[in-house]
Amino acid sequence: MTQTVFIEAINHATKEEMRKDSNVFIMGEDITLSVYGATQDLLSEFGDTRVLDTPLSENGFVGAAVGASLVGKRPLVETVSSFMWVAMDQFISQAAKMRYMFGGQAKLPVTFRVSMLYGSGAAAHHSDRNYPMFMNMPGMKIIVPSTPADAKGLLKTAIRDDDPCIVFEDGNLYGTRGEVPDDDDHLVPFGVASILKPGTDVTIVAIAGGVIHALAAAKELESQGVSAEVIDPRTLVPLDKKTILDSVEKTGRLVVVDPAHKVCSAASEISSIVAQEGFWSLQAPIQKVAAEQVHIPYSQALEKLIYPDKDKIISAVNNTLES
Amino acid sequence: MDINKDILVLMLERMWLIRNFELKVMEVHSAGEFAAAAHPYIGEEAVAVGSCLALKDTDYIAGNHRSHGHPIAKGGDINRAMAELYGKVDGYCKGKGGSMHLADFSIGILGESGIVGSSVPVATGAGLASKIGGDDFVSMVFFGDGASNQGACHESMNLASVWNLPVIFLCENNQFAVTTSFKDTVAVDHVSDRAAAYNMPGVLVDGQDCIAMYEATVQAVDRARKGEGPTLIEGLTYRYEEHSLGLGRVRRGEYRSQEDIDEWKKRDPIHIHQERLISQGILTTEDCKKIEDDTMKRCEDAVEFARNSEFPKPEEVFEDMWANPIPLP
Ligand SMILES: Cc1ncc(C[n+]2csc(CCOP(=O)(O)OP(=O)(O)O)c2C)c(N)n1
Ligand SMILES: [Mg+2]
Repeated sequence: MTQTVFIEAINHATKEEMRKDSNVFIMGEDITLSVYGATQDLLSEFGDTRVLDTPLSENGFVGAAVGASLVGKRPLVETVSSFMWVAMDQFISQAAKMRYMFGGQAKLPVTFRVSMLYGSGAAAHHSDRNYPMFMNMPGMKIIVPSTPADAKGLLKTAIRDDDPCIVFEDGNLYGTRGEVPDDDDHLVPFGVASILKPGTDVTIVAIAGGVIHALAAAKELESQGVSAEVIDPRTLVPLDKKTILDSVEKTGRLVVVDPAHKVCSAASEISSIVAQEGFWSLQAPIQKVAAEQVHIPYSQALEKLIYPDKDKIISAVNNTLES
Repeated sequence: MDINKDILVLMLERMWLIRNFELKVMEVHSAGEFAAAAHPYIGEEAVAVGSCLALKDTDYIAGNHRSHGHPIAKGGDINRAMAELYGKVDGYCKGKGGSMHLADFSIGILGESGIVGSSVPVATGAGLASKIGGDDFVSMVFFGDGASNQGACHESMNLASVWNLPVIFLCENNQFAVTTSFKDTVAVDHVSDRAAAYNMPGVLVDGQDCIAMYEATVQAVDRARKGEGPTLIEGLTYRYEEHSLGLGRVRRGEYRSQEDIDEWKKRDPIHIHQERLISQGILTTEDCKKIEDDTMKRCEDAVEFARNSEFPKPEEVFEDMWANPIPLP
């Protein structure tokens, strides 16, 4: 185990997988000089055939990654959540649909690393937390790490997986630290949630950057005599619903924390699963704590009102305890 | 260019195979044997056949909604293609893709695309893989004059050029996108003129002449294999039929004249090649007739094959989503 910063863990995972398999290559905008922070020293180690700065053509290079994956490469693409919009056709019409549409002939071992840079005045065009939209479309595995160890282990699993994977990286976590296994084969399996803090009174399921707020809320609640269980699903597709349902069976209460917009969010999906499959365990209405259904305003005075935070989570927990 | 006699004959055979396949498709479609959209390639056969015969089996192609000609030209199995149109389990995609998504990865057919322009980046990526791996294969993508206005095409041509990728961009200019003339939507005289913007050769070819298509593609492939980068080829051609089967019934008004259609039909790609082979003494009129009849017979057999194939079973709706499967939500 080594104390590692989240974004370094991503860098380490990338290097290890590129060393292990010469079919892995990476492309993106301004990656050779690591402008977004996760790709440093890749060029010097792997050279410019496997580390490619792309033109500003997201639709073009997302599609090129798909095509390269079809014929035996394992492309890793770095981009930003808000730039996915201009590449939607290639994500949806090709990456997601191709295997099924062609009756299982296509294999697409392609991984997209997408940073979500919200919460620091980036305003509406640079603050998207758009993973729920990709959950809605079958065909892509959706990964949302919240710790450095998971960021590394999930990315490595994604690169080795034979299906299109999108790793949504929460920019607010990039600077966080944690213990990361040194093992080259530290793989975190998809579809296995992690219970970050056990508890008995209420279940808090939190996604991506929502996790640190949930843990802070749980700590404060503990001092008030409320025992919260905090669960991080880690992957949304596939989703480990069993761990969530088992927890709700024990606690009878559910709060879902999701930095995405609240309508048709990951929180909506998790809430609906528990409402349908765990209804008889519930002792109080499910609470969704998600981003308000407005665009992301620039001013710090306004932006901080939008996302889930510790206080909103505590008040949602208290709502479930009152009923 | 000295072209092997076997290839010259194969050109004729593949063109007849496409034409007869499409004639059969039109027949069974109007008889109601299947109802979904299909886009006939009749009139454009020389474009796919001439270009595909310049490729090796290990080279890749990707295409578009006008989708039957490309796989047949590359040597695809017409039984499996026809069964796919019928939505049957022996179809290329086990009934999950249909007319617009024929694919045969085993012989380098990376699939047709229903979204116009959408397969161009994908084919470019296959070229990128070839370059990264130091491989010998090239990638060729078919797209229409309409698709040439898609950003995906422009992004891909630029990408392929700056990275020197072994890609052949093959624009099938059949003069129209559904009912809209390319003259009204393309700002230059020829799609191939756009190659200049991407610093690659742009080659304007008579798309009714399979030998011209073949020669232009051989050159582009040669260039690509030598690591000299992509080429844009524009085949000037014409679609004889409606944009898609059944469209004539809903369309209000005309967008092209009968004289135009008749004029183009005088330069029928099969006729041109057949006359040439006869005049060069390579085939006799009887030989040509035999090829026409034999390919028609094969297409009739393909229809029988498709009719006799089973529909997929209900549980198959959940199959083929993942290479490493995950539980359904
Ligand atoms: C992105 C997109 N826009 C519109 C359509 C509807 N559409 C299908 S084929 C077609 C015309 C395409 O024209 P062209 O690229 O010239 O190919 P052609 O049909 O002439 O072979 C249109 C508009 C589509 N399938 N995809
Ligand atoms: Mg056209």
